[in-house]
Amino acid sequence: MPLPRQEVDATTPKYLRDKYAIVGVGETTYARGSNKTTRALGTWAVRNAILDAGLKPSDIDGMLDYSGGDSTSATFISGDLGLRLNYYMDVVGGGSSTEALVGIAIGLIEAGCCKTVAIFRSMNGFSQVRIGGTGARSAAPISGDMLHNRAYGWQSAGQSFAPTFMRHMYDYGTTPEQVAHVKMFHSNHASNNPKAYYKKRFTVEDVINSRFICKPLHLLDCCVETDNATCVIVTSAERAKDCKHPLVLIRGVVGRCNKPRLDMHYQHGPISTVAGYYAKNILWPNSGVGPEDIDATGSYDAFTFTTMLQLEDYGFCKKGEGGHYVSDGTIGLGGKRPNNTSGGHLCEGYTHGMNMVIENVRQLRHDADDYCPIGPDGKRQHTYDYREGGCRQVKNIEVTANLGWANPSTASSMVMRRG
Amino acid sequence: MPGIQATYLGMPLQLADLDHENLDYFRHCAAHDFHLQACAGCGRLRYPPTTACPWCMTLESTWRQVEGKGAVHSYTEVHHAIQPAFREHTPYMVLLVDLDTQKGEPTPDEALRVIGNLCMPDGRLAPPDVVKRVGIGTRVRMVFADVGEGLSLPQWTIDETATQPTNVWRYPQE
Repeated sequence: MPLPRQEVDATTPKYLRDKYAIVGVGETTYARGSNKTTRALGTWAVRNAILDAGLKPSDIDGMLDYSGGDSTSATFISGDLGLRLNYYMDVVGGGSSTEALVGIAIGLIEAGCCKTVAIFRSMNGFSQVRIGGTGARSAAPISGDMLHNRAYGWQSAGQSFAPTFMRHMYDYGTTPEQVAHVKMFHSNHASNNPKAYYKKRFTVEDVINSRFICKPLHLLDCCVETDNATCVIVTSAERAKDCKHPLVLIRGVVGRCNKPRLDMHYQHGPISTVAGYYAKNILWPNSGVGPEDIDATGSYDAFTFTTMLQLEDYGFCKKGEGGHYVSDGTIGLGGKRPNNTSGGHLCEGYTHGMNMVIENVRQLRHDADDYCPIGPDGKRQHTYDYREGGCRQVKNIEVTANLGWANPSTASSMVMRRG
Repeated sequence: MPGIQATYLGMPLQLADLDHENLDYFRHCAAHDFHLQACAGCGRLRYPPTTACPWCMTLESTWRQVEGKGAVHSYTEVHHAIQPAFREHTPYMVLLVDLDTQKGEPTPDEALRVIGNLCMPDGRLAPPDVVKRVGIGTRVRMVFADVGEGLSLPQWTIDETATQPTNVWRYPQE
């Protein structure tokens, strides 16, 4: 018997605004030499996130994770923690996966596949498969399509992205000093983060005087390689009300949005424009906010340049003015719109994007884990004194944007708000 | 067609026997005769080898001879090599070159942007004093680094016969 036609208005993304939440965040320590398997690290981080949310193991019925053949599947992490899942998927990918998987988690819950999803990334990015590309990855045979890149000594993330960075300097007059401010600000933030692997503050001169890796990148323009696992838990806003922390609601998500010609994106210019140029047209309308509404950003800092390029192409400043934007004080704590208040990939640790989402969740809870004293009520008493060894909580923060990066041609992003 | 295994600067290079697009591309390079796929539908050239036309989705293509001349669109200069094979060659340059052929087509921001190292005319990687002469805008011509039977890598060298721009753009710090 034919079923009656149902009229569904699927033309608007608005109805998902504020309908889902991140209720738990967890991580391991950030180390160079974890002395643990990615299985042990993953289990540790997912457990921390479940405990952080105040959930029971039986509440988690979905699991998503991402890796590049350098991690452990959800099958082992869920098994070790005694979780029975209604949905799991191991995804290939690095940077840009976090926000993209939050989008998938929302879709899964909407589709009725599961109710609460843990998303994790576990990696020994220093002691096993080095993220900078040295070691096993650089020694592997060069086959097929790789003959068009690795055979030319064009392999690592820095080497691959450099033509974009260099062309931005050529097109817009962006200077090395302007971009070095990103490291300076992020290192200031990290000095107020007890978890950060590198807590030392660096100056612009420190960056410029550090040795070249590949132009235009000095050593201190590049992120740190660390061993760690990280996890966020997504569920409906309805269920989130029963969780431990103030609500952190998801306004809108973009997942792995591309420039043309993903096979070799430099074929399509301008090459100084990155995928955020396209992603912004999904992110802002879906979220119902614009750059001017954002109190803090988490713009992926695999390199100082990646932070700048994304902030520019998402419209936080005019095209070409990214160098000015990242150097005028806006992105520092106490500035108008701080970026990566944990120190990010440049200082806290490298997680392929997850720790920047975790940080913004804590910021929106008004519970950044800095050096401020804990009061008699057990809550941190934020001083908003951003000097070294002090506070890193952004005052009265209500809305954040995470801008994930895989490479110049692929971007994911997410806007969250305090509930 | 059999696959190819060869060694370049000590690195193992492999092409599988099913990888017809790449085998054809490098076979032309081995004859020092640069060819790109021309779409049988819209006629546009494309790089690197693909299995369909990115503009019109046509599967069929023919190999067409293309002049290996152009200008540097962007570059990186690697000082800290991560691949052991390149350590003794630092600093080496990776050039992204706009071919003169089909530049600005089909949209003004598109070009056939062909990757390669800065090399000497014989295909060896260029020494530091030559690296310092090259930047965005430098006119270059294609040369080939011979790797093995049926396999040469297209590379770039300064086009000494071309009129060079008065100022090429280099990163401000040497």
